[in-house]
Amino acid sequence: MKNREELEAMARRIRLNILKMTYQSGLKGAHLGGGMSVVEILTVLYGNIMKYDPARYDMPERDRLILSKAHAAVALYAALHEAGYLTEEDIDQALHGDSMFFEHPKRSLRHGIEFSGGSLGQGLSLGMGTALALKKKGLPSRVYVILGDGECDEGSVWEAAAAVTHFGLTNLTVIIDRNGLQFDGRKEDILNPGDTEARWRSLGYEVLTADGHDVEELQAALLRESDRPKVIIARTVKGKGVHFAENEVTWHTGRLTDELYQEAIRDVND
Amino acid sequence: MTEITRSKARLWSRLGARAVLGQALLEAAKERDDFYVVSADLAQSSGLGRFRGEFPDRFMNAGIAEQNMIGLAAGLAKDGTNVFATSFSPFVTMRACEQVRMNMGYMQLNIKTVGLGSGLIMAQLGNSHFGIEDGAVMRAIPGMTVVCPADGAEIVRTVEALCDYGKPAYLRLTGGPGLPVVYEEDMGFRIGKAISLREGKDIAIIANGTMVHYSLKAAEILAEQGVDAAVLDMHTIKPLDTEAAEAQLDKKLIVTVEEASIVGGLGSAVAECLAPKKNKPPQLMLGIRDCFPHAGSYAYLLEQCRLTGELIAEDIMKALRN
Repeated sequence: MKNREELEAMARRIRLNILKMTYQSGLKGAHLGGGMSVVEILTVLYGNIMKYDPARYDMPERDRLILSKAHAAVALYAALHEAGYLTEEDIDQALHGDSMFFEHPKRSLRHGIEFSGGSLGQGLSLGMGTALALKKKGLPSRVYVILGDGECDEGSVWEAAAAVTHFGLTNLTVIIDRNGLQFDGRKEDILNPGDTEARWRSLGYEVLTADGHDVEELQAALLRESDRPKVIIARTVKGKGVHFAENEVTWHTGRLTDELYQEAIRDVND
Repeated sequence: MTEITRSKARLWSRLGARAVLGQALLEAAKERDDFYVVSADLAQSSGLGRFRGEFPDRFMNAGIAEQNMIGLAAGLAKDGTNVFATSFSPFVTMRACEQVRMNMGYMQLNIKTVGLGSGLIMAQLGNSHFGIEDGAVMRAIPGMTVVCPADGAEIVRTVEALCDYGKPAYLRLTGGPGLPVVYEEDMGFRIGKAISLREGKDIAIIANGTMVHYSLKAAEILAEQGVDAAVLDMHTIKPLDTEAAEAQLDKKLIVTVEEASIVGGLGSAVAECLAPKKNKPPQLMLGIRDCFPHAGSYAYLLEQCRLTGELIAEDIMKALRN
């Protein structure tokens, strides 16, 4: 198990690679805000929680991660680099030219990518079916589905949410990256979700909350044993780690000029 | 493989498309354990009552939640396992269209969606339940196979073929109990390979689903009027049997007939195939003429949409005169 310092160092490297990919994406930019908010979640999952082996990428016993808020692909690529799936060169090429690592991930088990994403509200269904298949085969693997809080506007999320508990899929964990912002503004102003915790609890989930940037809190929540499917509501900050992007709606996507790139690197390294 | 006999063909005809589907899946499940079936609260309507009873571990109900049903199927199919997913045709193709596009198109997961009651058979239930654009919508998705069998025997063969087909596909079921019989013996069914049912030198009628039967009827009427019509069962809309379509270029007229909108379906697929050819006959595209037909009995709807043997023959004669 990596300790706090090691996990935090890993998170820092992931952030620096997110900045690098955003910078090299040039004028079109990338989804920096939601990428930065999910960093610690991915760090803890790939750093200490999930079972995987890039050398045996299709082994049936692997744990599966589905990043349903797939616009945060930059964070996934950086995490997969840490996990040993993506090379330094893959990161150098990502998001520009003819790289296969573009703004929304395309399924490639060899690279640790379990799904093709980009259309919100679909990941929990896919994860639910995957968890059901694992259960039927008697495999011990777990499925982790990361949802954005904005994404939970989608009705299909709730179809899947009910099915997870209906089928008793205790091998599935939902993590909500609750950064409170979506494309057009604050979550509450765009579509009020009501009481999120109560909503999941009413469906039969064990509901946990955690500071989504505290690796130890996240880890404790992920390790918590439960006889019910678990949802972890991670309180996060969109654009976390870069002062000009933090909690800024306009940084859902953005491009980094030379100057902003250097500023952002300094922020992350501080 | 199920044996096809005259008496079975008649039985399947009486049962109708949905019951035949359920029976074919049940027979397949007895012989192989490599597929699942899921439905969206339509197990009974899919003829899957017995399947559910005999193979409870291989049947899952997603509830009235078609989008989630496709995600569920996708998760089950992620390791290559074959999954059949059934609902009424508009719900499985359009309500869940984007899930189909991502999971079956983009990810090419091994799911077979089945559109029940496609075409006009839902009759008095009205246009909410009709399947008039389903084939077109599914055909537009890259990497999708679309099959629309002519009768009970061909549904049985299609289900058998789909059990061995490692790619995503949409099975479009037209007609109901009293489905006309086209095949009383094995027809040598292969996905993507049209079946020639009648030779003819003057015109070619290319049809699928229930319209194969009505096209054969039309050909008989046309023969009485001195027009020698070939009839092709183009059960697979995608990938289209382009060779079979191109073989009709020497005819005076090519006619496509489908129990579907003329926008984007079989007629369009044939037209797309033949458009680049330099010397080609005109194409008459018969089907539902880009409208929501006034609901009524199935017979009333076929009449209204000019999709009976007599009316197809009449429209062909008119086109030949012009």
